[in-house]
Amino acid sequence: MIGLHDVYGLAGTMFGAFALLSVRDRSNPRRFGNGAFWALLAVSFLFGSQLGDTANGVLVVALIALGGTGALGRGSTERRSAAERAQRAARRGNALLVPALLIPLIAVLGTFTLGHIEVGGAPLADPDNVTLIALAVGILAALLVALWQAKAPPAAALEEGRRLADMIGWALILPQLLAALGAVFALAGVGATVGHLATTWLPLGHPFAAVLVYCVGMALFTTVMGNAFAAFPVMTAAVGVPLIVQRFGGDPAIMGAIGMLSGFCGTLVTPMAANFNIVPAVLLELPDRNAVIKVQVPTALVLLACNVILMYGLVYRF
Amino acid sequence: MNLWPLLAIAVLVVGFAAGLNPLLVILVTAFTAGLAAGITPLRVLAALGHAFNATRYVSLIWLILPVIGLLEHEGLRERARTLIGRLRTATAGRIILGYLALRQFTAALGLTSLGGPAQMVRPIVAPMAEGAAESRFGRLSERMRHLVRAYAASADNVGAFFGEDIFIAISSILLIKGFLAQSGYDIAPFRLSMWAIPTALLAFLIHGVRLWHLDAKLKRLARGEPP
Repeated sequence: MIGLHDVYGLAGTMFGAFALLSVRDRSNPRRFGNGAFWALLAVSFLFGSQLGDTANGVLVVALIALGGTGALGRGSTERRSAAERAQRAARRGNALLVPALLIPLIAVLGTFTLGHIEVGGAPLADPDNVTLIALAVGILAALLVALWQAKAPPAAALEEGRRLADMIGWALILPQLLAALGAVFALAGVGATVGHLATTWLPLGHPFAAVLVYCVGMALFTTVMGNAFAAFPVMTAAVGVPLIVQRFGGDPAIMGAIGMLSGFCGTLVTPMAANFNIVPAVLLELPDRNAVIKVQVPTALVLLACNVILMYGLVYRF
Repeated sequence: MNLWPLLAIAVLVVGFAAGLNPLLVILVTAFTAGLAAGITPLRVLAALGHAFNATRYVSLIWLILPVIGLLEHEGLRERARTLIGRLRTATAGRIILGYLALRQFTAALGLTSLGGPAQMVRPIVAPMAEGAAESRFGRLSERMRHLVRAYAASADNVGAFFGEDIFIAISSILLIKGFLAQSGYDIAPFRLSMWAIPTALLAFLIHGVRLWHLDAKLKRLARGEPP
């Protein structure tokens, strides 16, 4: 059975290759810093489950020490000029788009089929992680097609991937690290403390006040934690269920649905949700790390206000 | 109640606001939260290590780098740009609006993996929108180019966030259902999806109007006026 473990092995191998290629990139003044960073990440993906918690903790601190102190650098960027690339693109035509579109297509098809295909009585892929496995299959298939089209060796793709990884730099581990911080927050009881404060200090005697505190609380809490999933249990246990549903007789389904979407308004405005807000800014080579957040703020604020009105109008009616 | 763990939130907000390196801010925040809650430093280190290892799946998206790198080297972005430059009616705002509609509609069918910043925005959507803006305004200033790119990324987020909750088997719907069941309320996922629709429509309307105005904003920037 193909499991998450195999996909981690693939990622570990890729980062290992990035480490070797980075060290060989003489145009990068800090090539050994990049090499060490990718090598540590390769160790995490290949052997993380065997290392034990403390060793993994040391690995995280080492990654942060390298990434946080400017030990990573960038080599020369693109080897082909834009004009040269445009010329190649014109020759190849729309066939170039095929591999790029193959990735989401296979990822979606695989999500629905891989868990149901059985080989020798066992499913081909772990049904619990079928989305991630299907994504990896899609990427590999696209890579094979792209290599065949370009008549390039696999090493060429790894070199281009390494170039992109060095461009992203330490921001590459930011989403994973923020997810880990969320777990430490949960252990330290940060969420429960915020929920406790919200209920003891805020006036919640009116049905509208309860809705307002719940929706705005979901958004604010999500902004701090970077994840509406972390905010939902805390705010719903503190305000949603005891006040909106039990005291004022609101409908739990409407409360839950619109409450979660109020949290998503918070996701739009926080650098803590790095994979949605910071990673795109880095990938699109925007000099302002918060450029994506800035264009999302007006939409988030207006939508949050709409959510408060929607919930107040609907939750006590159905 | 022990209020000291809240200090961690202060550290996080001040650290991010001061523009310090986010990795260092996260490390200090994690230890602040742990120590304030009375957890020994060694246990905080272990908890951080455990959580980092358990969340490796978050970083799997980077498997895409070699194939996207290779395709870009072969001219993928230039191709996406010329493809759109030929369409007279295409503008940056309309292309991103179209992507928002597509992203939200497919997410509502549970197809959230059809988009994403590394898969769709960088290689295809942003170059197409830039190509359309270039055929209209000629050479783009840095500010115009960055604005188009930021809006392209925002459409990907807004579409995914406010589309996915219409699909009954998405993780956020299952979380709501699971948590409410624990509190004694058994709710069919279908009802949760249904009540996600009003907000979804409003999200499309609000962000759509802003995208509709993007072309006018670019026009002002092209003339050297403030947007």
